[in-house]
Amino acid sequence: MTQAVEDSNRRLLRARDAMDLTYGGPLDIPTLARIAFVSEAHFIRAFRATFGETPHRYLQRRRVERALYLLRCTDRSITDICFDVGFASLGTFSKTFHLIVGESPSEYRRRGEVIALPTCFAMAWTRPSSFGEDGRATRG
Amino acid sequence: MLSGLRISQIYVLDQDQAVDFYVGKLGLEINTDQDLGFMRFLTVNVPGDPERQILLEKPGPPAMDPATADEVRSLLTKGRTGGHLFFTTADARKAYEELRAKGGVEFTQEPTEQPYGIDFGLRDPFGNHIRVAQMASAAS
Repeated sequence: MTQAVEDSNRRLLRARDAMDLTYGGPLDIPTLARIAFVSEAHFIRAFRATFGETPHRYLQRRRVERALYLLRCTDRSITDICFDVGFASLGTFSKTFHLIVGESPSEYRRRGEVIALPTCFAMAWTRPSSFGEDGRATRG
Repeated sequence: MLSGLRISQIYVLDQDQAVDFYVGKLGLEINTDQDLGFMRFLTVNVPGDPERQILLEKPGPPAMDPATADEVRSLLTKGRTGGHLFFTTADARKAYEELRAKGGVEFTQEPTEQPYGIDFGLRDPFGNHIRVAQMASAAS
């Protein structure tokens, strides 16, 4: 039983790592399910049971985390950043960004540059934790 | 007051498999491998740096009860026991290619230019996160 949980965790972690690596592309559930050795139908449920959120939501937070970085540390345009991090339309990007961060990309950009963190820390700690369900922005 | 950091610890699921990975793939050396009866005390170090060891510890009794060990293994395989190792190398791209050629290494990030140098990420077989960096400021 425990062994099965550990194997499942590790396979889903492998799929999650793949999402973090390829966040710029579309969410590819069939490929991720293959990495995790589960059926497509089971993948989303198993991911959620293991990591507490759906793959889509996890990926959106990764994309916004990357957008936060690019907004503050590069001078790429907001439109370029939107597509760089994997959003398919500027409308979805702006809406998702505002929902999560509580302000628009251009407002956020005015906060200025941040220090460079090793990628794993930036990914884990600067990834916004909510979609604004609690009614306020989750980043200070 | 303090003069160095001699041993730090990460959890592994299996110590033989840990040796295969940390020695066989990453090229670390076994520093100490001793059966103490109640545990196998297993440490590795970067070649030439025996003053800084990594204890590869298997969670379980008598150090912790079986239920707690289950929790630790579950967190470990989700990548969330906090096991992070940051190594340095003289040439990150070369190290990456060498590891890739060996096969069986799970990369979480390809070599990437960072403000502090060039680094890449990988996971050990259990879920611990590893980074290898070529620091911009130093030769190694």
